[in-house]
Amino acid sequence: MKYILEFRESSLQEPLIEKIKEISFRKGKFKIMEVCGTHTVSLFRSGLRDLLKDYVEVISGPGCPVCVTPDSFIDKAISLSKKKDFIITTFGDMVRVPGSKSSLEKERANGADVRVVFSPLDSLTIAEENPSKKVCMLGVGFETTSPSLAFTIIQAKRKKLKNFFMLSAPKLIPPALSALLDERIGIHGFILPGHVSAVIGSKAYKILEERSIPGVITGFEPLDLVQGIYMILRQIERNEGKVEIQYKRVVKEEGNEKALKTLNEVFEPVDSEWRGLGMIPKSGLKIKDLYSEFDVERVFPLEIEKSEENPACKCGDVLKGIANPEDCPLFRKVCNPENPVGACMVSSEGTCSAWYKYKI
Amino acid sequence: MREDKILLSHGSGGGQMLELINGLIIKNLSNQYLKEMMDSAVLKINGKKIAFTTDSYVINPIFFRGGDIGKLAVCGTINDLSAVGAKPLYISLSLILEEGFERESLERIVESIKKVSEEEGVLVVTGDTKVVEKGKGDKIFINTSGIGIVEKDLELSYSRIEKGDKVLINGGIAEHGTSILNERLNLKLSNPPVSDCKPLWKIVNEVLKVSDKIKFMRDPTRGGIASTLNEIVSKSRLGIELYEKKIPIKENVLGLCELLGLDPLYIANEGKMLFIVGKEDAEKVLEKLREIGEKDAEIIGDVIEEPKRVLLKTSSGGRRIVDILSGEPLPRIC
Repeated sequence: MKYILEFRESSLQEPLIEKIKEISFRKGKFKIMEVCGTHTVSLFRSGLRDLLKDYVEVISGPGCPVCVTPDSFIDKAISLSKKKDFIITTFGDMVRVPGSKSSLEKERANGADVRVVFSPLDSLTIAEENPSKKVCMLGVGFETTSPSLAFTIIQAKRKKLKNFFMLSAPKLIPPALSALLDERIGIHGFILPGHVSAVIGSKAYKILEERSIPGVITGFEPLDLVQGIYMILRQIERNEGKVEIQYKRVVKEEGNEKALKTLNEVFEPVDSEWRGLGMIPKSGLKIKDLYSEFDVERVFPLEIEKSEENPACKCGDVLKGIANPEDCPLFRKVCNPENPVGACMVSSEGTCSAWYKYKI
Repeated sequence: MREDKILLSHGSGGGQMLELINGLIIKNLSNQYLKEMMDSAVLKINGKKIAFTTDSYVINPIFFRGGDIGKLAVCGTINDLSAVGAKPLYISLSLILEEGFERESLERIVESIKKVSEEEGVLVVTGDTKVVEKGKGDKIFINTSGIGIVEKDLELSYSRIEKGDKVLINGGIAEHGTSILNERLNLKLSNPPVSDCKPLWKIVNEVLKVSDKIKFMRDPTRGGIASTLNEIVSKSRLGIELYEKKIPIKENVLGLCELLGLDPLYIANEGKMLFIVGKEDAEKVLEKLREIGEKDAEIIGDVIEEPKRVLLKTSSGGRRIVDILSGEPLPRIC
């Protein structure tokens, strides 16, 4: 693999950092939000957050799919994992997310069959290898991931698999951005997610242009981030409010038509609950009737107790960017990566986890 | 937090494992040797310093690029002895075999144990074999214990580490862990990582010959260099600042880490040693390492007074904390 170190080379970043400093001296310190967990982590891991802290305030939005998945989803997954002959397949970072009482990691120690997969398609292989079992993939993620979930379901239908199911709760980024803007939290610009945008394209963010708020679709390497931040500040300074693409090597204006077609073949928008943000209209995806045989909730109706999230946990405000992890009374005291209370601490891409792990 | 059941993360070299070891093992069994929690206990017997260590190997897959469970077991034990400056002499070999395990595989493993122990001049002097019912084990588990002798008047301890000392490593990081992950996931990469599994005594011995300012050594296996350095920081009550640009890592290893969203600082090594060396000898030790074939050896950091954490000066020029590993390193969604 090439082009990793090149995008981390400080001599290429320095001129852009200088320009960021200059704008900050001229115009002041602006508040910009990144809406992707990978950006959150990359800003910390690269040390850029520390390097830029006097010139621009970067806050983290609801950009980690694990973090915004509500308790009730985990509770459903746990109740499935306890059913006879069920194998739960999941992306790795869901394993430790606390539901209202337990987590899949703990249920695995109690004997549940919970397997981490890197591709949802691996779940089909597991289903084929275990015909007497029922295999249920936990379908979470944003638009980056959901086309592959959709493709998995299409493949399951082609293969006529009768023992593959999905507990499905993928989420959509633009409606969440819209909900955030309605809350008027004073963001001057957005670092828009690179890989979500590779699927949905830059056109999907017309809501930002309608409100004249700068947005730049940005890649994940330090050089990408520095350039993306500079492009946002440049728009702010020029009183512009458009959507630009910094991550041109991956993102096209129209997105990825094939992925979108696959997505729309299987899923349709539905009102969806976000941890911390509550119910957001048309912000989630449900499996269409045509593929209902794979929707685990329609085949095996689940009843779970309604759960309460810890009232002291500030995940919601952190996800909206109106509180820092350090504003939360639980942060570092009761809530840490070993014993996470809120989802922002569980996922390696959660804001609280990144603060805990990387912040000096 | 204390869990009622053992979780996989209790075995991944991070905070939960420390809690288990401190809260149960050390709490109940502590003595002057155990409480040091060194790679090997250094026992004083009749005026001689004898190093004693043990380790169990449960790796999947048992054959991988760069080695197999047999080579890993012998090298791991040799390296734990080497880390305390002891010349490895004798090892024990306990096999726990699962019913149905192919004899041919076992022969290959024994062959590789023979090869590496002969090359290193260590003798397998005692052993044990158990067979468990199918499904009650996973092909083969190996436990090896080792005895070595500290020949020099050598003192390696956390207490010798001081501000200004340098941190050295003998080559690229994260090669073993990424090689295993690649095999497990069957990623079909064109240039897959190869495990760095190898015995380190000869290297350590050369280094000890050129410098008496080697203050501490440890092989950063499970949990990677981040976990080992965090342990050094907590025991020495000093800090360490690493230089990202100086940390050697092969391109294919970095590529795999990027692909899976893993931080190479937390990924296992099986043929690396971290040396904490007095500033004045650091260059000399580095030269020696390179001269004896450790071409990618580097000085990767400094011991600092404050903060008492592991810090990383990043390639971008910023700084961040390198924290202790929490839970299993989990691959992320996107």
